Amino acid sequence: MARMTMIEAVRSAMDVSMGRDEDVVVFGEDVGYFGGVFRCTQGLQAKYGKTRCFDAPISESGIVGTAIGMAAYGLKPCVEIQFADYMYPAYDQLTQEAARIRYRSNGDFTCPIVVRMPTGGGIFGGQTHSQSPEALFTHVCGLKVIVPSNPYDAKGLLISAIEDPDPVMFLEPKRLYNGPFDGHHERPVTPWSKHELGDVPEGHYSIPIGKAEIRRKGSAVTVIAYGTMVHVALAAVEETGIDAEVIDLRSLLPLDLETIVRSVTKTGRCVVVHEATLTSGFGGELVALVQEHCFYHLEAPVVRVTGWDTPYPHAQEWDYFPGPARVGRALTEAMEG
Amino acid sequence: MDEFSRLSLHVPEPAVRPGDQPDFSNVKIPKAGSVPRPEVDVEPEAIRDLAYSIIRVLNREGEAVGPWAGLLSDDELLTGLRHMMLLRAFDARMLMAQRQGKTSFYMQHLGEEAVSCAFRRALRKGDMNFPTYRQAGLLIADDYPMVEMMNQIFSNELDPCHGRQLPVMYTSKEHGFFTISGNLATQYVQAVGWAMASAIKNDTRIAAGWIGDGSTAESDFHSALVFASTYKAPVILNIVNNQWAISTFQGIARGGSGTFAARGLGFGIPALRVDGNDYLAVYAVARWAAERARRNLGPTLIEYVTYRVGAHSTSDDPSAYRPKTESEAWPLGDPVLRLKKHLILRGAWSDERHAQTEAEIMDQVIQAQKEAESHGTLHAGGRPSVRDIFEGVYAEMPPHIRRQRQKAGY
Repeated sequence: MARMTMIEAVRSAMDVSMGRDEDVVVFGEDVGYFGGVFRCTQGLQAKYGKTRCFDAPISESGIVGTAIGMAAYGLKPCVEIQFADYMYPAYDQLTQEAARIRYRSNGDFTCPIVVRMPTGGGIFGGQTHSQSPEALFTHVCGLKVIVPSNPYDAKGLLISAIEDPDPVMFLEPKRLYNGPFDGHHERPVTPWSKHELGDVPEGHYSIPIGKAEIRRKGSAVTVIAYGTMVHVALAAVEETGIDAEVIDLRSLLPLDLETIVRSVTKTGRCVVVHEATLTSGFGGELVALVQEHCFYHLEAPVVRVTGWDTPYPHAQEWDYFPGPARVGRALTEAMEG
Repeated sequence: MDEFSRLSLHVPEPAVRPGDQPDFSNVKIPKAGSVPRPEVDVEPEAIRDLAYSIIRVLNREGEAVGPWAGLLSDDELLTGLRHMMLLRAFDARMLMAQRQGKTSFYMQHLGEEAVSCAFRRALRKGDMNFPTYRQAGLLIADDYPMVEMMNQIFSNELDPCHGRQLPVMYTSKEHGFFTISGNLATQYVQAVGWAMASAIKNDTRIAAGWIGDGSTAESDFHSALVFASTYKAPVILNIVNNQWAISTFQGIARGGSGTFAARGLGFGIPALRVDGNDYLAVYAVARWAAERARRNLGPTLIEYVTYRVGAHSTSDDPSAYRPKTESEAWPLGDPVLRLKKHLILRGAWSDERHAQTEAEIMDQVIQAQKEAESHGTLHAGGRPSVRDIFEGVYAEMPPHIRRQRQKAGY
């Protein structure tokens, strides 16, 4: 067991996978010699050679498109889109191609690719380095969508993603790269080395895709969150003193509906939290599912806490970000409803 | 007074429109045999002219001339002629089947048969094509079963795609034919990725990407050229310039560049233009490019200059945007008739044998069609199961799709 940041855990997942399977290749902008702008791929080129870990031209569609071709050949490409905000040029390749190749060819060709991308705000990235595009992927049949909230999960889930026979979008909350974050930007960041989930096995292990984790057991209200918002939700629960159950989805597609239904059926109340914008965000899907499956157990309307329906601002980042105060108010609202 | 007048936008127009006399005076056609054949390891800079000329082997008399000639035996040429005739007969029957309501849609190859049929013969087993919807000749020339193609077109119970794909969007890993996408140009960069993978694994197989002249305007075309050039991928990048992108003439996508092939030059990729209606020239250039790729010399860009005689698809009416007689005026002729003439000149063929073969091929296609139709057509007979809607989205069916399948009653 080692203490790892999420960056190190992500790197370790690629390292372990490349060591076990020579068909795993890693590429993307700046990922080779330099090791990526967040250093997630640092050392991989030196260890595995430049034909297994290399720099790509600044062409996201080219990165994903060539990865699809490599997968059709029989490789397992794990590519990096430098920021989730830059994946839009690759959207056609992801949604019309990667997601559909197995289906349209009836399995004659498959597309086992992983597309990693740093996501979310909280690092003063402004409107072009802070986006959370997960709902754009969860709407696409054929893709899998993962958002880890800690180093242990990040490594285990990324190994599963690389070993998965289908295309996986792996969104890494960059606010969590170096430590957990409770939404209080003025406080110093706690490093992962002081958190139990920073204990990460050095070798191979995997976490099944499609299984949520209950981060805090509670009986008064269910909070559904993922990524950075898991930590914000935990902080809000602690500050309000409300006995909430906090679910970390980890995998948005496929979704662990069973865990959600079991929890909301028990608590009768639900708050959904995400960083992405409200309208047509993934929270809408979660609320609809809770309504469909738990309607007769609900004692109050489900409350959503999300980013605003605006681009992510630079200077007002902390007013945009759904912090513990907003989540706390939502918890109170759900309890009073 | 301002020295500049007001600006105006330039919107290119074809030389003629319906009702006008066809005019191909802008297509500069060099004499057959006049374009040199460089060594495969030539520096791209040294052959810039080949991106602006047209490599031709068959002259107007039907003779094979020049440095690109002499690669194919009589038997190989007869096989090529048969493939093109088979594709033409297949097209004719499937077009009729669409008109009879047996399928929703069809896209024919009329006038372009030489491009894919000859190209396939320059590849080896195991090589991979990333085609568009107008390269069924790649399958025909690789002896893919015609009944399977028809099953796909009819979306019947034996359709290899289980009714999920539009007609003509075939797939065959075994025959080196990547599953066709309706989204344009996406496959071009995928071909480069496949070729890169082959190089990463120190394999001997190569890839070929296919695109139409209109789709070269897509950003994936440029991404493919960047990646192919950067990593010297063992890939052949094919542009089929058939003059028309549905109703839009090729001048719109081409912009100010002299030719489509010339776009390769800026990437340092050897670029050649070839007479796409000349089976011998297509084969010769494809083999040159394949040898380059196989010798690890990197990508080659090939522009096939041809003409789409038929409609874009069964949903298209070309008489609305071009003169009805334009195809007859196309200066590079008909690929089937040109090869036929050449073989007769070689003493390997005759008008009688051609007519007899034409009848035999039509019989063969009709027999295949009967067999395919016995397994159903789009609106009649056997069809894929509704259960197939839900299968194969993922390797393992996730719970939400299983719930939906059960809701649908399967």
